[in-house]
Amino acid sequence: MMAFQIMNGLTFAALLFVVASGFTLIFGLLRIVNLAHGALYLFGGYVGYSVGNLTGSFILAGLGAMIFVALAGLVLDQGLLRFVRGFELRQVMLTLGVAFVLNDLALVIWGGDTFTVATPQWLQGAVQIGGLFYPKFRLFVLAVGIFVFIALWVLLNKTRLGALIRAGVDDAEMVEACGIDIRRVFLITFMLGSALAGLGGLLGGTFLALYPSADAEILVFSLAVVIIGGRGSLVGAAIGSLLIGLLNTFGQVWFPQLAYFVIFGPMAVLLAFRPLGLFGKAA
Amino acid sequence: MTKLTTDRRSFLKTSTAFAAAGMVSMPAIVRAQGAARPIKIGLLAPLTGVIAAGGRELVEGFEMYWEQVNKEVAGRKVEIVIEDDASNPDTALQKARRLVEQGNVDFLFGNILANTGLAVANYVKGTGTPYFIPVIAADDLTQRTRIPNVIRVAGYTASQMSRPLADWAYKQGYRKVATISQDYTFGHEQCGGFLQMFTELGGAVTQQFWHPLNTADFSPYLGQLANAGVDAVFAMETGADATRFIQQWASFGLKGRIPLMGAMNATDQSVIRTMKDEAEGIVSCAHFAEGSKEPATVKFVADYEKRYGKLPSIYGFSHYSGAMWVAEALKTINGKVEDRELFLKTVLATELKDSPLGSTVKFDAYTNPIYDASIRKVEKRADGKLWNVPIQFYPQVSQFWKYDPETYLKQPPYSRTFQGKTG
Repeated sequence: MMAFQIMNGLTFAALLFVVASGFTLIFGLLRIVNLAHGALYLFGGYVGYSVGNLTGSFILAGLGAMIFVALAGLVLDQGLLRFVRGFELRQVMLTLGVAFVLNDLALVIWGGDTFTVATPQWLQGAVQIGGLFYPKFRLFVLAVGIFVFIALWVLLNKTRLGALIRAGVDDAEMVEACGIDIRRVFLITFMLGSALAGLGGLLGGTFLALYPSADAEILVFSLAVVIIGGRGSLVGAAIGSLLIGLLNTFGQVWFPQLAYFVIFGPMAVLLAFRPLGLFGKAA
Repeated sequence: MTKLTTDRRSFLKTSTAFAAAGMVSMPAIVRAQGAARPIKIGLLAPLTGVIAAGGRELVEGFEMYWEQVNKEVAGRKVEIVIEDDASNPDTALQKARRLVEQGNVDFLFGNILANTGLAVANYVKGTGTPYFIPVIAADDLTQRTRIPNVIRVAGYTASQMSRPLADWAYKQGYRKVATISQDYTFGHEQCGGFLQMFTELGGAVTQQFWHPLNTADFSPYLGQLANAGVDAVFAMETGADATRFIQQWASFGLKGRIPLMGAMNATDQSVIRTMKDEAEGIVSCAHFAEGSKEPATVKFVADYEKRYGKLPSIYGFSHYSGAMWVAEALKTINGKVEDRELFLKTVLATELKDSPLGSTVKFDAYTNPIYDASIRKVEKRADGKLWNVPIQFYPQVSQFWKYDPETYLKQPPYSRTFQGKTG
């Protein structure tokens, strides 16, 4: 039973990590609290759902969702956010506005019914691991979460782009002074973060379902993850996801009446003592 | 505001008096004049927000009825003003005020979420505007805190339909049941009805899980339900929670292992329409079953499907039938909607005969409809679509089941702490 609930917590954490890692990348580097991240997640899910239905391929659905949402990120960054660069409050309001527009757009295109993205044949059913029956798909989500973590870690720590992003998180002006086109780094990061939201939408769309307001729910979880983990920190996002995922699961089991408090109570306490989160650095 | 209402009232009085006076001398012309002012209905629907899909279906069902009768009743044109309550009680209240005070509607109709409905009900308590609620199911609106001008046409009380289900469950040989439900009044009431009935029969509800609305991940509960050692599970879920619950229930392999019963909203078309095999076999109880072979139902379902390309949900059905119910009453009183007292009295006295249910429905003494309820099972139609097919009938189910209303009303309303265990 315990192992079962730990698995539940871990798989939920993996999904949260995929969504929140994109969120924290954008937040860390661009200093934008992208409140449209949830809407991008939902849009990714819907696009994945439609592509999956059209082609019957889960892989194509994933690619479609990621590419589409990355392009949406491109438009959002180049078309709108570019004009309010440096004004934090305006950026927040702008992304909030975009979130509303995307939501209504989704309502017009897909209607308000609840959809679930079809799971491919090879991920249906459960596997037995030492007396424990567990759905294959959730294990797959866990694997994707781990893969995304490793891929991002390698990208950030072993590549030139990663070095630029890390440098940008610490001091964007200095990077620019070194003759680097920081705007391009910004844009690539924004698209990457968005693509991760799209991927999250597809994964979430299979077991959390897609429906109006799903975006706000995942956004709140992502915010909590990033606040706990610290702005822009990949390891922070991973630890934050694990904490939230496990707290969410065990909170529901042990204190079902206080399911939300169990998540956000510790977050509030943590903020009081470590305002920058576990791995956050002062700007 | 008061001034405005008085003005309008006296205007109505004079205009009706004028029309009445004219009727004696020049009937033909006057009839034309009488028809000049259409009956104005304010329809409140959540077209945005959490339950937007249901809101759209509400409007569809309502409009479908009125268009079938050419938007005309008792010789008067009918005008429908639709407002979006945004699934939010504040907005619902604000829109209701606008419809009544500026839109001068003759009566209000609609809303889905209990909190939006209660906000509007509280408001019309003061204005006396007739307000019809085919979906708002809060028990006490037809029990302890009735408002005379708020009438549940073609609707039901939350605990009404879970009692026949409990009876059916007991007869299947289930003795130990666990419930899982969203943690709000609608859930407390449905589970309360189920639990009280089931325990009175001799069964036991061993565990009750209450989770917040919009629970993303049901896996923690599913693990506990799987190990609860119960004969069956009763799930009270609406909207996306219902989809997720059923989907995760199946993916954790519980489908087929533990019999699953649901509240009617858990297997409503608005939920199962987008699902595949996961929902098959879930049993629920409701007054309406889209898979019924009753000719009136078959016709309604076919018409609805032809018009909107989908099977009707409870929202569409209820507002179609609710509109019909009110229209029948308007026919009886020759469209004199201005006489509110007479209008309300007539609605309550009207028996609904031609609804998609196929059987006659009337109100009990506490203004809640009495239905022939059916136990329904989710099955696959020939074309692969899921629908609810009746498998057993419970005739004449009232909100009080077989209890004496007065005795019943002495017990407290269902809540998380009171689930009907009177001992």
